[in-house]
Amino acid sequence: MATALTRKDFVTDQEVRWCPGCGDYAILAQVQKIMPEFGIPRENIVFISGIGCSSRFPYYMNTYGFHTIHGRAPALATGLKVSRPDLDVWVVTGDGDGLSIGGNHLIHALRRNIDFNILLFNNRIYGLTKGQYSPTSEVGKVTKSTPMGSVDYPFNPITVALGASATFVARTIDVEQKHLGETLKRAHAHRGASFVEILQNCNIFNDGAFNDLSDKAIKADHQLVLEHGKPLIFGKNRDKGIRMNGQRAEVVTLGEGATEKDLVVHDETNLALAFMLANFEAPMPAPVGVFYATSRPTFEAAMNAQLAEAKAKQGVGDIATLLKRGDVWTVN
Amino acid sequence: MALPPEAAGHAVESSGLGGGSAAHKPGVRRDSVVIRFAGDSGDGMQLAGMQFTAESAIAGNDIATLPDFPAEIRAPAGTLAGVSGFQLNFSSREVFTAGDEPNVLVAMNPAALKANLDDLPPNGVLIVDREAFSEANLKRAGYTSNPLTDHSLDKFQVFQIDVTKLTTLALHSTGLNNRAVFRCRNLFVLGMLSWLYQRPIESTQRWLESRFKKTPELLEANLMALKAGYNYGDTTEMFASSYEVPAAKIVPGTYRNITGNSATALGFVAAAASAGRPLFLGSYPITPASDILHELASYKNFPIYTFQAEDEIAGVASAIGAAFGGAIALTTTSGPGMNLKAEAVGLAVKTELPLVITDVQRAGPSTGMPTKPEQADLLMAMYGRHGESPIPVIAASTPADCFDCAYEAVRIATKYMTPVILLTDNQLANGAEPWLLPDVTKMPKITVELATDPNGFMPYKRDSETLARPWAVPGTPGLEHRIGGLSSEDVTGNVSYSPANNELMVRTRARKIAGIAREIPPTEIFGDADGGDLVVLGWGSTYGSLREAVKQMRAKGKSVSHIHVRYVNPLPSDLGDQLRKFKKVLVPEMNMGQLIKLIRADYLIDAIGFNKIQGRPFKVSELTNRMTRALEDGK
Repeated sequence: MATALTRKDFVTDQEVRWCPGCGDYAILAQVQKIMPEFGIPRENIVFISGIGCSSRFPYYMNTYGFHTIHGRAPALATGLKVSRPDLDVWVVTGDGDGLSIGGNHLIHALRRNIDFNILLFNNRIYGLTKGQYSPTSEVGKVTKSTPMGSVDYPFNPITVALGASATFVARTIDVEQKHLGETLKRAHAHRGASFVEILQNCNIFNDGAFNDLSDKAIKADHQLVLEHGKPLIFGKNRDKGIRMNGQRAEVVTLGEGATEKDLVVHDETNLALAFMLANFEAPMPAPVGVFYATSRPTFEAAMNAQLAEAKAKQGVGDIATLLKRGDVWTVN
Repeated sequence: MALPPEAAGHAVESSGLGGGSAAHKPGVRRDSVVIRFAGDSGDGMQLAGMQFTAESAIAGNDIATLPDFPAEIRAPAGTLAGVSGFQLNFSSREVFTAGDEPNVLVAMNPAALKANLDDLPPNGVLIVDREAFSEANLKRAGYTSNPLTDHSLDKFQVFQIDVTKLTTLALHSTGLNNRAVFRCRNLFVLGMLSWLYQRPIESTQRWLESRFKKTPELLEANLMALKAGYNYGDTTEMFASSYEVPAAKIVPGTYRNITGNSATALGFVAAAASAGRPLFLGSYPITPASDILHELASYKNFPIYTFQAEDEIAGVASAIGAAFGGAIALTTTSGPGMNLKAEAVGLAVKTELPLVITDVQRAGPSTGMPTKPEQADLLMAMYGRHGESPIPVIAASTPADCFDCAYEAVRIATKYMTPVILLTDNQLANGAEPWLLPDVTKMPKITVELATDPNGFMPYKRDSETLARPWAVPGTPGLEHRIGGLSSEDVTGNVSYSPANNELMVRTRARKIAGIAREIPPTEIFGDADGGDLVVLGWGSTYGSLREAVKQMRAKGKSVSHIHVRYVNPLPSDLGDQLRKFKKVLVPEMNMGQLIKLIRADYLIDAIGFNKIQGRPFKVSELTNRMTRALEDGK
């Protein structure tokens, strides 16, 4: 690269058309900010999205981009990444796009471990269709399509990803710019499918859905920031922790019969721990950060290795030879 | 079917063994023979049929085949539902179909007999495995008395052969269990028929050697069964002589036997090789298209990526992603899968990316009859998407033609930056014929020019002649751009909701597809080039039946001609004028009348429809009867 890129190099001339105050702005700004740090030429970066508010994202990234159809971004990105493993591929999706209409593609992309980064903007509502409940909306949610409250039990995106054998699973928050940036960098560094749930506020149809986690006054008591190798401590005064009581986790207060030594130390490679943390519900704090990270060969590497092996064993395919394969006969 | 012109036009005259007074002289000559192998779906009848086909092709005959198997992999043994058949027409003259009816029926059990006997003409040859006609098997097939002994088969020439017993005796030394021995019966029958029709069995031996490379005991058993059957034919006095079907007069060259699915796969490989781009197939298994996936999966060294997706939608979506990345992108499916892919195909239309969608049509609606052919997806291919989304549609007419059509589909897709639909069907997919290997160096080169120059680059700046937009793939510096499903501005491709721009883009895409007609060859008329009483217009797999029927009508002095279209969208620009040269236009289709709707709509020609929706090809006799009626009463 001749000169290092800056944030501005990743900004397009297109007017950004999310609603004023939408959490998507913060995510876009952070992604554009961290992009230059990867040192990857813009032409080798591709953003692929489905349908929904979040999926307008590629139009605003000055890279290659593809705004596809509802739910299918992971499938489309799979075809691209498998045949073009040289590219740096990002998938942008939402809770409706990724977990409802496109749930099938999401889980299969994760289990295959395609080396791309999936950013799932979770605002727990359908925004672009103007306010119906989504597969992550809570039971009882009153929306236009659920006037008496939703009776639909929601998905937990983190457990879905873990259950789909994802090799990198994390959660972050739109307004936590530093944490968001660091999490995305971790995701990018991971070889294989990285799944990042980004809690994102829809100030029009579901305002304050994550208030507990984003309101500066109270968030410290509700957020549990996961850090590999460190004990699970949270709270405004950093005096609360997670301890195992038999097979169940509990919240303890440090100094009140518990010390740091009693606390669970986060281990990103422990799948059972990741599941347990992902299932925390109030009064337990909501974990953010990397739940789980493990290493497994990527699909596209394995497939391209087969192509290379076939080429090494049989030579580059020759069509004239191929046509004559099997029983041929000559008529004079 | 590559015969020189002078070989064409013979009158149809065929019979099986023992069909006439000369039947018991040695080396009796026959012009053509139609054999149908029928048995339980576990009896290996498809295999026996395919190997007999290969032997016949190598013997120099022209051939056509029609496999007919149940959707169930193993329906309950001995039942009618489990009967699997394979019909083969091999001839010393040009053949177009697998034959209306068999001269020889091989029935491995009572159910196979019951399911197929209606098609065997009086005096036809019937070969049965006598031991299979046990009380239990007769009951399973719904027989109340044994047809082998109750004289109900007296009008046929019946050969009762103890196939099971003879195979068991032949394989005694192998020590294989009864079940394994039983599974070699098809090779015994194949060997016997190979002797009877003087077929060389070396190709079958080679095939077995490759098939059972890792199980020498099964290889030995199958070879023994094959030879035992062959020797049985030679030594038994049941058959008074063998039969000779001389080689056909065939265009010189190198041939192989090919099925439609195989030809489709090879056409794609050849196209990608010509274009110098990697091939990517995103597909979900579905009958009867899966063999294309299987075949391409074995050619990884070309390089070819085959991705077995999680569903039909992911199949096409992954292909679109690969097309965006610069691959020759394909998806393959059958009718139900086409419905699932429709939305994504619309995206490919809008984003103007090259993609070939192959629909191996099968009988619907819904799951329908998955192993039977139909032509009822034509209008879906034409119109089965939301919005205005024109797509070129190409239909293959014979198994070997699938090669040329697949190649042509890629050529058009890349030249015009558009998805293309290739229609084949189950009859083509699993049917086989000898194929004169093409000289790949003489095929029209597929030239793909990826955009590289950032100077003045715009994603929707079109080629002035083809109206194709540039193919600018990720990895190319300076061409970073965004595409998507939203309506986009002419030239820049930026999102645009301008009403006038939307109409411009819709009309431009329609013009682009319509413009392909410029390079479609003039319509070929088989028959009266200057017009006549009746022209039969067809498309797809009905080619063989239609051509044979038209030839028979012309041999009787009737003014009947044949036009078969390959390009369904756009239709050839001269087609309307050519059709108008004839007093009547008859459009036989294996659907309720789909091409005929296009013909009526485009040309205001009041064509006559002739429709069959039975999951079976037209019989030549059905067609000649219908043509006769159209000539007589004009309807």
